[in-house]
Amino acid sequence: MRDSRYIITGLIVFVVLLTFPLWSNAGKAASPPQPNLDTPAIQNLEQKQCVEATEYMRADHMQLLEDWRNQVVREGKRIYVAANGKEYEMSLENSCFECHSSKTQFCDQCHNYLDVEPDCWTCHLEPKEP
Amino acid sequence: METSRRNFLKAGGACLLGLSLWPAVRVLAGDGPDVKADAGALKGKRWGLVIDMRKCWPQYQQGCRDCMLACRREHNIPVIDNKDEEVKWLWTEPYKNAFPEQEHAYTPAAIADKPFLVACNHCDNPPCVRVCPTKATFKRPDGIVTMDYHRCLGCRYCMAACPYGARSFNFQDPRPFIKEENLDYPTREKGVVEKCNFCAERLDKGQQPACVEACRVGALIFGDLDDPNSEVRKILAERNTIRRKPELGTHPSIYYLV
Repeated sequence: MRDSRYIITGLIVFVVLLTFPLWSNAGKAASPPQPNLDTPAIQNLEQKQCVEATEYMRADHMQLLEDWRNQVVREGKRIYVAANGKEYEMSLENSCFECHSSKTQFCDQCHNYLDVEPDCWTCHLEPKEP
Repeated sequence: METSRRNFLKAGGACLLGLSLWPAVRVLAGDGPDVKADAGALKGKRWGLVIDMRKCWPQYQQGCRDCMLACRREHNIPVIDNKDEEVKWLWTEPYKNAFPEQEHAYTPAAIADKPFLVACNHCDNPPCVRVCPTKATFKRPDGIVTMDYHRCLGCRYCMAACPYGARSFNFQDPRPFIKEENLDYPTREKGVVEKCNFCAERLDKGQQPACVEACRVGALIFGDLDDPNSEVRKILAERNTIRRKPELGTHPSIYYLV
C-alpha cells in the first residue's frame, strides 16, 4: 500500500479526535442537580404531593403542561381533576408557581443539567424570588 | 408443531397490526385524569358588547380612562409611545376612522368630533381566523376570537386581514414597556401578534371582562347575543345601534349606541 504511513497516522489522529469527549471526561461524573424544594407554600402543605406523583411529574411534566395549555386555551376548561380526585386550576402562574416559587431552584437546575432551553419564560412571568 | 412460512408471516403481520393499534386503543379507552370547566364560568353561545358612547363621552372628556387602564393592567399590555410599534387592545378612534362608510358631510358635530372606544370586534365571520396558517387565531364555541400565542409565528396575515386594525405586532420585547406587571397573566414576546380576547380568562372564572367591570357609568354592557333575555339583546331590541363596517360581512359582536 502506498502512503500507508500517512494514511494510518491520519486515521489514528482522526479516531483520537473523534473519541476525545469520551476519554477526556472518563471517570468524572457531573454532579446531578439537587433542587431545593423548600418553599413556604410547600412547607405549609399537609401532604407534600404535587398534582400527580413525583415520578410522573419528573418524567412527563412537559406533556402535562402542554395538555393543560391546550385544554385551557382551546377548550376553555381550566380545572384539572388529579388522579386522587383533587382539583387544581391549570395555570403555571396560579398553580405551579404557588408552590414552586423559585425558578432557579426548581426549573433551572435540571434544565441546565440536561441542557434543555424551554421557552416558557419569554411570556410567562416567573415568580419574584425573595 | 409444523408452521409453514405462510402461516408464520400471517401471524407476524397480525402481531404488527396489534402493536400499531395499541396506542389508539389506549387513547380511546381514556381512563386518564379529567379536566373540566370552572363551575362558576359564564356560559354563552355568542358573547357581545354594547358600548353606550353617550354615557362614555362626558366621563372621557373629564379624563376617565378606567376601561383602558384596567385592560392594560389585566393583560400586561406594554405602553409604547411610537405609533408604528404601539400595542393596542382597547383604544379610541375618531368617528371618521371608526365608521368610515357612515360618515357624510353633514354628520352632526356632536358625533363627528367625538372619540369612539374600539377593540377587536370578535366577528362572527372573522377574516383573521381564516387566514391564520397555524390556527393560532381561532374562534371559541362561545364566539370569542382569541389566540394561542404559543402557536403564533408572527406572519401578520391576520393583521392584513383584520379590517378594524384590532391587532398589534410585537416588534420588540414588550417586557420593558409594561408599567405594572400582573403576575397572574403572561406577557407576550417579541414576534407575536396580540389583541383583545374579551377577557376569556375572566369569563372562564365567572367574572365580567375587566373593561366592563372598570366602567364607572355602566357604558359597557356585556352579554350573550344568542340569549333573547340577556341585557344586550334587550338593548338591541329597544334602541338603534350601529356596528363598524357592517358592509364587509364580518358580523361584528360590538354594538354602539351613539
